[in-house]
Amino acid sequence: MSVETTLVVALLLPALGSIFVGLSGWHPNVRETVTLATAGITLWLVASLWPVVAAGGRPRIELVETLPGVPLVLELEPLGMLFALVASFLWVVTSVYAIGYMRGHHELNQTRFYVCFAVSISGALGVAMAGNLFTLFVFYEVLTLATYPLVTHSGTEEARRAGRIYLGILLSTSIGLQLAAIVWTWAIAGGLDFTPGGLLAGKVDGPTAGILLCLYVFGVGKAAIMPLHRWLPAAMVAPTPVSALLHAVAVVKAGVFTVLKVAVYVFGLDLLSELEAGRWLAYLAGFTIIAASLIAMRKDNLKARLAYSTVSQLSYILLGALLATSASVAGAGMHIVMHAFGKITLFFCAGAIMVATHKTEVSQLAGLGRRMPITMAAFLVGSLSIIGLPPFGGMWSKWFLAAGTLQAGEQVLLGVLMLSSLLNVAYLLPIPAKAFFGKPTDRSDAGGFQEAPMACVAALVLTALGCALLFIEPDPFHQLATQAIAPLATSH
Amino acid sequence: MSATAVMAHLPALAVVVPLMTAPLTVLVNRPALVWRLATLSCLLTFAVAVGLLARVLELGPFVYEIGGWAAPWGIEYRIDAFNAYVVLVVTGVSAVAMPFARRSVEREVERDRAYLLYCAWMLALTGLVGIAVTGDLFNVFVFLEISSLATYVLVSMGRGRAAPLAALRYLVVGTVGATFFLIGVGLLYEMTGSLNMADLAARIPPIADSRVVHAGFVFIVLGLALKAALFPLHAWLPGAYGAAPSAVTAFLAGTATKVAIYALLRVVFTVFGARFAFGTMAFDVLLVPLALAGILVASAVAVFQQDLKRMLAYSSVAQIGYMLLGAGLVSEAGLTGGIVHMFNHALAKTALFLALGCIAYRVGTVTVASMAGLGRRMPWTMAAFVLGGLSLVGVPLTAGFVSKWYLVQAALERDLWWVAAIVLFASVLALIYTGRVAEAAYFRPAVPGGLPDRAREAPLSMLVPVWLLVGLNFYFGIDAALSAGVAGEAARGLLGGVS
Repeated sequence: MSVETTLVVALLLPALGSIFVGLSGWHPNVRETVTLATAGITLWLVASLWPVVAAGGRPRIELVETLPGVPLVLELEPLGMLFALVASFLWVVTSVYAIGYMRGHHELNQTRFYVCFAVSISGALGVAMAGNLFTLFVFYEVLTLATYPLVTHSGTEEARRAGRIYLGILLSTSIGLQLAAIVWTWAIAGGLDFTPGGLLAGKVDGPTAGILLCLYVFGVGKAAIMPLHRWLPAAMVAPTPVSALLHAVAVVKAGVFTVLKVAVYVFGLDLLSELEAGRWLAYLAGFTIIAASLIAMRKDNLKARLAYSTVSQLSYILLGALLATSASVAGAGMHIVMHAFGKITLFFCAGAIMVATHKTEVSQLAGLGRRMPITMAAFLVGSLSIIGLPPFGGMWSKWFLAAGTLQAGEQVLLGVLMLSSLLNVAYLLPIPAKAFFGKPTDRSDAGGFQEAPMACVAALVLTALGCALLFIEPDPFHQLATQAIAPLATSH
Repeated sequence: MSATAVMAHLPALAVVVPLMTAPLTVLVNRPALVWRLATLSCLLTFAVAVGLLARVLELGPFVYEIGGWAAPWGIEYRIDAFNAYVVLVVTGVSAVAMPFARRSVEREVERDRAYLLYCAWMLALTGLVGIAVTGDLFNVFVFLEISSLATYVLVSMGRGRAAPLAALRYLVVGTVGATFFLIGVGLLYEMTGSLNMADLAARIPPIADSRVVHAGFVFIVLGLALKAALFPLHAWLPGAYGAAPSAVTAFLAGTATKVAIYALLRVVFTVFGARFAFGTMAFDVLLVPLALAGILVASAVAVFQQDLKRMLAYSSVAQIGYMLLGAGLVSEAGLTGGIVHMFNHALAKTALFLALGCIAYRVGTVTVASMAGLGRRMPWTMAAFVLGGLSLVGVPLTAGFVSKWYLVQAALERDLWWVAAIVLFASVLALIYTGRVAEAAYFRPAVPGGLPDRAREAPLSMLVPVWLLVGLNFYFGIDAALSAGVAGEAARGLLGGVS
């Protein structure tokens, strides 16, 4: 199989798998086997592309020319490789987890769940592999539409209202602002291809570029910059595997990934670093980081707290992209990976607690450490990684992001990052602390060891180990992130 | 007749085939047989349309003289990319909706009147195709009346007491429109002594300062705008669409207003010329704001409709705004967007109305409330409705996206940011009004006893046409080379005057 074919197959496989998942809906065991096999093969295909991209290859294939000059193109470059690896690897883990969760929680409509889930992964991989803005936009919308039924999964009034907010914010920003920005870019540059050094570089400057940048940043609602963050906490009514993979990794990372791509390949770092609007947006990202952390501290519902934490962490990546220095972009790219592993661990834990004890609030968790020691230990690991403490992977991305703020001469934003780490400590660490050292409030927690189903525990242990491994071995991802901005220097 | 002889007479055949079928249906007068005859005729007309388009794309525009009488004395049919494209849309919609009609008409129209419906349908098709192919202004009026009278009959055959009233309203407004058109044609004839479009185009510029010509322009444009349901002259449309039998609504939504828009663009660009229409008469100063107001107001009204047929009808008024907006921007991109939207909207809206027809067939009523739980009972129909709705919204990879792309591009070309913003904002409104149907169907549990027991999946003969159109919505969203290519050719033809 040629590299280009692998690209197409890896993209389409989850969507094709979803058909078989749908057909095997009557036999849960077959259905889950199909899901796992599809996820495994997809990961294998994506991983097989890694050496090619790392060696400087840019596999590219034009699928069809939709409009004159506006083709549907796939091209895998280092940032996309990084995102595709994270999404496809964590899909495998989440599939394992979902089996335990969905059965343990006796969810209805499980077939629809697995089908939409698989299509969403295709959407995320499409975003990662998009070769131009149009293709990226297409898969961005696929991802939105495929995740909508997952948000409204339970069909309650609350879920339907959440679905309306979800679709309302994501589609109105993408159609209203992002599409306008894309057509405008096409009008200025005469093309939509992602170009190293920047598609718009030298073609636009001053206020026009500033407005265009605003259209992109606010048009990508999935990046959840304030005031467009409301959909993310609303989406937490979805089953936990969805919150874990889609609303901590695939969907939200597709958002910040889009902004990162636009920063690096559409504007180019030179143009972007000169833009006044870029600075203001970076400050807005800084505000989002702090404000979302403060809201997270006040949330008693565990998933809501994690959701606001995600809003805050996403703005780290936006900040890195908007500062447009070599270190900040590398940090932003790495934070996609580091935050993914940390946050998915936390969500896995939250889901495991829900399955085992039906508890959803932080205040109910006191003393739970004795009953679910593995889960709570993993929660501690995930928290530490999110905070950015060694020996966990989260440290590296924060390191580079902090270096980036200094490169850009923005000491205030460095202060924001440091303050945010303290706030992370304040809203995350009390949870494991309470679980291990607090007094159980109800009697059942005093009882013996009672973890969530095996599949759930295995998954969250795996991602927690991943956080530690990323501390020791961050280099492959660091290389991918730096390759994107200096393609000539590394592809010798 | 040899193949080349058939090819030579294609323009006439496009009109003659449905025209001859109409009296046959009355003679046969047995519903099942009449339907077969009508379906055959529709398919044949569609084949003729495909032939016409292929011929135009291969050889360029050509002229067909009726009875061999040369213009300007005889009547000529003048075929270019724009005509052929519109004929393709009209006959295509008819060829898809007619196979669907059998079961739908059986349920909604009394058995002994069904043959009249098919007869009127064939006459309407004759008139619509005739308007599109002819190169003679008076001939346009004749075909306009044929199609209109047939359409009044079609609308009046709907169930319930609303149908005759809606038909009457449509008749009054339609007659006013046709009369205005005729007055305008008369004024031009008085000034130039000609009714041939190409001939008129040559004779008007020297007398372009004449008040009579100006008045003629205004009368013709007003008359056609009434027929095209340009906001705020759209009041007849929701009632007519809502009251007509389901299959008829689908047929009309895909064809009638589009042909009126075709005639409007043809007169404005080809007969009067862009310079006169937009320079002397400043038509765009009126057209663009009205189109935008139509897009916004009708979309907003659609959001609050409980009856889904009326909801889609208001949506049609908004979409007509898109088509005319494209024309009002007077550029290649704008016209391409407007014209390609005729095609794309026909695909999307016909699919949606046919899906509603399936629901009407099984459930009876088509309101938002009656959708609850239908996602499980009629999975294929509802999936088709959702996918058709996505095309209406203009989600990428659907046909609707292609139109929006061109329109936004055209607006940005002329630095009209707010126009682009309104086009995109209205997409969000479309999302709201189609989204609430999807939400009710999939995530609201059925009210106990709310759905009748016969509410199961629609029969295959109804599903196949719906899904055919849904498939085409995606095909022409992924590869728009044909739809946008021909539309671009048509736009260049219009801007270049008579080609």
